[in-house]
Amino acid sequence: MIVPLEHIIILAGLLFFLGMGGLLAWRANLIMMLVCIEVMLNAVMLVFVGGSARWGNADGQLFAIFIMALTSAEVSLALAMVVYLHRRKRTVDTDVFSEMKG
Amino acid sequence: MEQTIFYILASVAVIGAILAITEKHPVHAILYLVTSLFSVAVIFYLLMAPLAAAFEVILYAGAIMVLFLFVIMMLDLVHPEKGLSPHWREWLPALLLSGISIASLAAVVLARHGEDAAAAPQALPIREVAVCLFREHGLAVELVSLQLLFALVGALYLGKQPKRGDTE
Repeated sequence: MIVPLEHIIILAGLLFFLGMGGLLAWRANLIMMLVCIEVMLNAVMLVFVGGSARWGNADGQLFAIFIMALTSAEVSLALAMVVYLHRRKRTVDTDVFSEMKG
Repeated sequence: MEQTIFYILASVAVIGAILAITEKHPVHAILYLVTSLFSVAVIFYLLMAPLAAAFEVILYAGAIMVLFLFVIMMLDLVHPEKGLSPHWREWLPALLLSGISIASLAAVVLARHGEDAAAAPQALPIREVAVCLFREHGLAVELVSLQLLFALVGALYLGKQPKRGDTE
């Protein structure tokens, strides 16, 4: 372990909360929301790998790899939905898609 | 030496993430995010996870980000840097909430400081990781493969061009 686990968790927390703040600020643009979600998922993977290095256990690395597989599925579906929505309304603004508002 | 590299890479990752979430143009944001992901991949390598580091570069920075770039190019957004960027007033609640979260994280970590006194475990060989993956988490591998299949079918369905004469 080259650095204490606290520093890795601080780095991952910084990345996660940066992604969270960006997600809250960019809530009108679908593509930037997805980019911010990527930052958050990357921070979660960093926590898993750091725990795996701290306790010498392979499970953390495996869950980081599982998160990568889940992220690829999520991104492909989300981008397909972005293409679909853009085809309907010619925009990626989330405020336009509000027909289900009661 | 490795500690210095870790802190340099950590600052690169954080600065790349900050630039990625404040950039107005989506393509520039994704390129900054790729920079951040590369530094996180090298951090994975320093943390004795070479398999995760390789997958991070190949899958995350290589495949997923290029998918983003292709979709942005395909959508043909006219002047995407204009219009949809958040006003400075929309940054205020985000900054406030993230600041509270980061401050509470720092408080918790500083309060628990000094408990980390474990012997450094040795590096895990990839053979052991693979044995653990397919022997203990075989069901999870199957579930992930099923989920990728569902995502493929869903993306095909959503991306299908509507036929002529179909109603919206």
